[in-house]
Amino acid sequence: MNQLKKILLIILFLGLFLVLDLLISPRMNPYYLQILIYCGINIILAVSLNLINGFTGQFSIGHAGFMAIGGYTSAAFTFYLGPKILETLFLPLWFSKPLVFVAGLLLGGTLAAFAGLLVGIPSLRLRGDYLAIVTLGFGEIIRVFILNIDAIGGARGFSDVPKYTSLFWVLGFTVLTIVVVRNLVYSTHGRAFLSVREDEVAAEAMGINTTWYKVTAFVIGAFFAGIAGGLLGHYLQYLHTNSFTFIKSFEVVMMVVLGGMGSITGSILAAVILTLLPEVLRPVKDYRMVFYSILLVILMITRPQGIFGVREFNWDWLKKIFSRKKAQAEGA
Amino acid sequence: MPIENNVILELKDVDVYYGAIQALKGISLSIKQGEIVTMIGANGAGKSTTLNTISGLNRPKKGNLFFKGQTIDRTPPHRIVELGISQVPEGRRIFANLSVLENLELGAYIRRDRHKVKQDLEKIFTLFPRLKERVKQNAGTLSGGEQQMLSIGRALMSNPQVLLLDEPSLGLAPMLVKSIFKALEEINREGTTILLVEQNAYMALNLAHRGYVMETGKIVLEDQAKNLLNNQKVKEAYLGG
Ligand SMILES: Nc1ncnc2c1ncn2[C@@H]1O[C@H](COP(=O)(O)OP(=O)(O)OP(=O)(O)O)[C@@H](O)[C@H]1O
Ligand SMILES: [Mg+2]
Repeated sequence: MNQLKKILLIILFLGLFLVLDLLISPRMNPYYLQILIYCGINIILAVSLNLINGFTGQFSIGHAGFMAIGGYTSAAFTFYLGPKILETLFLPLWFSKPLVFVAGLLLGGTLAAFAGLLVGIPSLRLRGDYLAIVTLGFGEIIRVFILNIDAIGGARGFSDVPKYTSLFWVLGFTVLTIVVVRNLVYSTHGRAFLSVREDEVAAEAMGINTTWYKVTAFVIGAFFAGIAGGLLGHYLQYLHTNSFTFIKSFEVVMMVVLGGMGSITGSILAAVILTLLPEVLRPVKDYRMVFYSILLVILMITRPQGIFGVREFNWDWLKKIFSRKKAQAEGA
Repeated sequence: MPIENNVILELKDVDVYYGAIQALKGISLSIKQGEIVTMIGANGAGKSTTLNTISGLNRPKKGNLFFKGQTIDRTPPHRIVELGISQVPEGRRIFANLSVLENLELGAYIRRDRHKVKQDLEKIFTLFPRLKERVKQNAGTLSGGEQQMLSIGRALMSNPQVLLLDEPSLGLAPMLVKSIFKALEEINREGTTILLVEQNAYMALNLAHRGYVMETGKIVLEDQAKNLLNNQKVKEAYLGG
């Protein structure tokens, strides 16, 4: 029963996203649509980084690097190989174009995952700030490396990337990321990720292969960062290494910290907040980033554990709050 | 391979270093199946280092370790747990942000016999009823004594043949220490071999069958626990005269 139910659920959701896309995208103000798409991409980034930083307790600030690898790889694939594949496939374009896109995204994700593997290896010996520095350096190396490849635009940037990303794909991959990470960390065996964060020595003493979990966190986290990069590139139709500096990595780290290290719900909420905030603050013009920073500082002072801490949203919780309010109202 | 009269765990002439510092200097000991053996000694004698070496967290530079006649000198820690050795580490080291139940489940991480795990969980709850009352509580919010019970319970969840304990009485009130030692006796009665490292030499020697006394990386005395309790040197150094 379960297998069938799952497949039906997936089809249902995909259908829903498709309908949403077809209904909303043409009618929505393009500016709002863009913000919505950025929200999705940032959720993918934050949730995937949370697997590394929040759940497994490894401090990585190289997410932009993985994103760049995924973005450039998938763009190179759809740009150079895409047209040839479309020509030879003899399939209707509405079918073959998404095929090429998904293939490009998966290729980008895979290459990013491979880079994640390379970065994951130092995490076996380094901890805390030392690991952070290594990941930071790695991200920058990737960026400079790409900057010097002429075939993908080099310093000019990579333009004329086909526009494949739509609301449908962003919704789909956002949900996929959340489901994968959630199932990973909240399964019985997934608790092992948390044990690495909580106490590595004790985890090892429990028979947990901490090496494997640390590297896996990096590989899966990097994979989804790569997907996010691909989605971004095929939305903007342009990629430039300036979008993937360590500032971008820090942005994602902020989302994870703000939401709560080890809370998927928190990462989602923080990704949305930090995407909207700069837009909402547009009226204050030049002081925008000042306000942005002040708000961040205030949030971190009032909730140092992040908005959600290590907790997740659940329905019981909502019910409890609701019934308490009701009780209060009745008591009054 | 040395497997004489049901020796389950054996260390032969083991040296362990931390960088240039030599923490263990030719440690040899052997533990028989079903025994409770204690290891006492002053701070920094190398007791924890010995346990960590058995668990595979430290590596011997020289010498050998055998578990049921099989060498484990180079076996990674997670494989050693699978073989049947489990440690209750010094300072408990529970997973503070996880619930009591999650801690216990992580203890059973290596096991595939889900059905038997359920039974063992119930056994631990009978041993430490306080844990049962707090299954959903965050482990970090448990009292020190409860955390120690959890740490022991977690180690038992791997269904070990040998249980290593590193100062389980640390920072606990005498009453609690008593009840924990009672639990250890119970665990041993069910067939688990125990190696107990303790500062509380009196309690440990009263529980154990045999004991080792360690000083600055060496074993200086080895005897039946009863004899050590009456040994003049032990009395002076560890039992307060
Ligand atoms: N990680 C480490 N790095 C360097 N030296 C260490 C390390 N761990 C232990 N040592 C040294 O090794 C020696 C033995 O330490 P160990 O922790 O085994 O002692 P112990 O008998 O368990 O002491 P205690 O009763 O205080 O727990 C000590 O001199 C200690 O300083
Ligand atoms: Mg010690």
